[in-house]
Amino acid sequence: MRRKKNDLHYNVMVLPGIAFLALFSIVPMFYAIMAFQNFKPGRGISGSEWIGLENFTYLFQLPDSRQIFFNTIFLAVLKIIANLIVPLLFALLLNEVRVRFLRKWIQTIVYLPHFLSWVLLATIFFDVFSLDGIVNKLFGVFGIDPVLFYASNKWFPAIIVGTDVWKEFGFNAIVYLAALTGINPVLYEAADIDGASRFRQLWHVTLPGVRTTVVLLGTLALGNVMNANFDQIFNMYNPLVYQSADIIDTYVYRVGLNDLQYSLATAVGLFKSVISFILVVVSYVLASRFANYRIF
Amino acid sequence: MVGRANLSNRVLDTTILIALIVFSLACLVPILHTVAVSFSDKAAADAGRVLLTPINATTASYTKVLDDSQFFHAFYISIKRVVLGGLLNFVLTVMMAYALSKDSKQFGMRNVYMWFLVFTMLFSGGIVPWFMTIKSYGLLDSMWALVLPHAVQVFNVILLMNFFRNLPKELSEAAEIDGAGPWYIMARLFVPLSLPAIATVTLFSIVFHWNSFFDGLILMNTQDHYPLQTYIQTLVAQLSAQAMTGMSPDQLAEAMAVSNRTFNAAKIIISMIPILLIYPFIQRFFVHGITLGSVKE
Repeated sequence: MRRKKNDLHYNVMVLPGIAFLALFSIVPMFYAIMAFQNFKPGRGISGSEWIGLENFTYLFQLPDSRQIFFNTIFLAVLKIIANLIVPLLFALLLNEVRVRFLRKWIQTIVYLPHFLSWVLLATIFFDVFSLDGIVNKLFGVFGIDPVLFYASNKWFPAIIVGTDVWKEFGFNAIVYLAALTGINPVLYEAADIDGASRFRQLWHVTLPGVRTTVVLLGTLALGNVMNANFDQIFNMYNPLVYQSADIIDTYVYRVGLNDLQYSLATAVGLFKSVISFILVVVSYVLASRFANYRIF
Repeated sequence: MVGRANLSNRVLDTTILIALIVFSLACLVPILHTVAVSFSDKAAADAGRVLLTPINATTASYTKVLDDSQFFHAFYISIKRVVLGGLLNFVLTVMMAYALSKDSKQFGMRNVYMWFLVFTMLFSGGIVPWFMTIKSYGLLDSMWALVLPHAVQVFNVILLMNFFRNLPKELSEAAEIDGAGPWYIMARLFVPLSLPAIATVTLFSIVFHWNSFFDGLILMNTQDHYPLQTYIQTLVAQLSAQAMTGMSPDQLAEAMAVSNRTFNAAKIIISMIPILLIYPFIQRFFVHGITLGSVKE
C-alpha cells in the first residue's frame, strides 16, 4: 500500500525532467530524418522531397570528407592518449608529496583551467602563440626562429592537443588520485620492510594499484574517438589550418548553419552520431565485462 | 648506507617538487600574462613587450571596458542565464536523482527512466536538427532558448544519484517509520546530507551556463541578446576573420600584432571573475563529490 503511494511520488519527481529531455533531445532525433530529404525550410519536413541515401553518397564523394574524418579521429585519438598519460604522470608525482598544504595548493592551481571557457582560453592562447607571444619569445632564447603557429598545418594539431591537455590534465588526475589513495598503506609498509626502493615501490605497488583505473578510462575513452572537441577547435582554428584542424563538428556547423545546406549537414552529423553511439556502447560493454563498470 | 639512501631520497623529492612546480606554473603563466597585459600600457602590449608583469601599469583598459555598455549588457544576460538555468538544473537534478536513487523494487519504472536518460546522453540528432527543433518551438532569440534545452544535465543527475545511493538505507527507512513522506525525506534528509555532491553539481551547472557560447551564437538573432561568452567570441572571430581572409602569413602576423590586446585582456579577466569567485568555495567540495559520486556499491 505504502509502496504504491511512493511510486506515484517518484514518478512525479522524475517526469518534469523526462519531459524536458523528450522535448529537447528526443524530438531532434526525429528531425534528423532530414538527412534523407532534400530539406527546404519553406516546406518543412512533411513537404520536403525524399531522396533516400543521396546525401550520404554525396558526402562520401566530397573531397573534403576524407580529410575531415581523418582530422577528427587523428586529433581525438592523440587527445585520448595524451589525456590518459599526462594526468597519470601528474598524479603519480603529486602522490609522492607528503606536505598537505603543498598538495592542496598545487591541486587548486591545476584544476582551475578546467573551469575556464574555450572562448576565453582561445583568446589567451591566440596571444600566447602569436608571433611576438610568450612561446616565440621562449623559442628566441634558444635561438629558434619565430613560428606562425596559427598558420602552420604542421604545428596547429600539436597546439590543439597541447592546449587541451593543459586545460584538462589536473581535472583528469582526480580519478587517478582517488585510485592512489585507495591503495592499502600496508602494501607500502611491507615493501619498505623488504627493502624496496621508491622506484620499486612505484613499479610493484603503485602502478598495479592504478592499473584497473587506467584500463577503465582507456576503454571508456573509446567512445570519444569521433569527438575532437568542437568548442576548442571552433574558437581556435581559422581557414589557413582547415587542412589539419577542420573536424566533423566544425564542418557541420559551417555547411549547415552558415551555408544553410541543412540536409547535407544533418547527414554528416547523423553519420557521426551513429558511429559515436556504437563506439560508446561497445566501450561500456567492454568496461562492464572487464572492469565490472556500471553506469548506474 | 642510511645517509646515502636519505640523500637520494631528498634529491628525488626535490626533483618531484620541481616537476610539480613546472606543472603548476604552466597552468598559471597564460593567465598571469593576460592579467599583466590588461594592466599594461597599450603601446607596450601591442609591441609584445609584456611578459608576466605589467609595463607602465595603468587601469586604462578597465576604464575603457567600463564604458562598453554592450559588454555589461552581455554580462547581465549571462548572470540572468546562470541564475535561471542554475535554479532549474538544481530543482530537476535533485528530484530526479532522489527518485532514481531508489531501486526498482521501490520505484517500478526506475530502470526504464534510467535507460531513457542514458540514451539521451549518448545519442544526439546532431546540431542542425537541434536548431530546427528549438526554432519550431518559437524559442529563437529568447532567453528561454538558453535555459530550457539544458534543463536536465544527465551527467549531474547520475553523479548525485550515485551519491544518494551511498547514504545508509536505514536513514530513510527510519524516517518513513516516523511517518515522513518522500518529499520530506528528500528535502530535509538527503539534501542536507549531500552538500558536497550538491555543491559539485551546482558548480558544474553554473560553470556550464556561464561558459556556453555556441547556443547563444546560433539561437540569438540580435547581438543585444548575446550572453557574455558569445559576445567575446564574436570579438575574437572578427579579429581572426579580418586577419585570415586571403592574407599571406606575413600580413597575418602584422594583423595579429595590432589587435586590441589590452582591451581584450581586460574583458577576459572580467569574464573570469565570477568563476574565480565561486571556485575557491566549492573547490574543497568537488573532489570529494566526484569521487564519492562515482563509487558504487
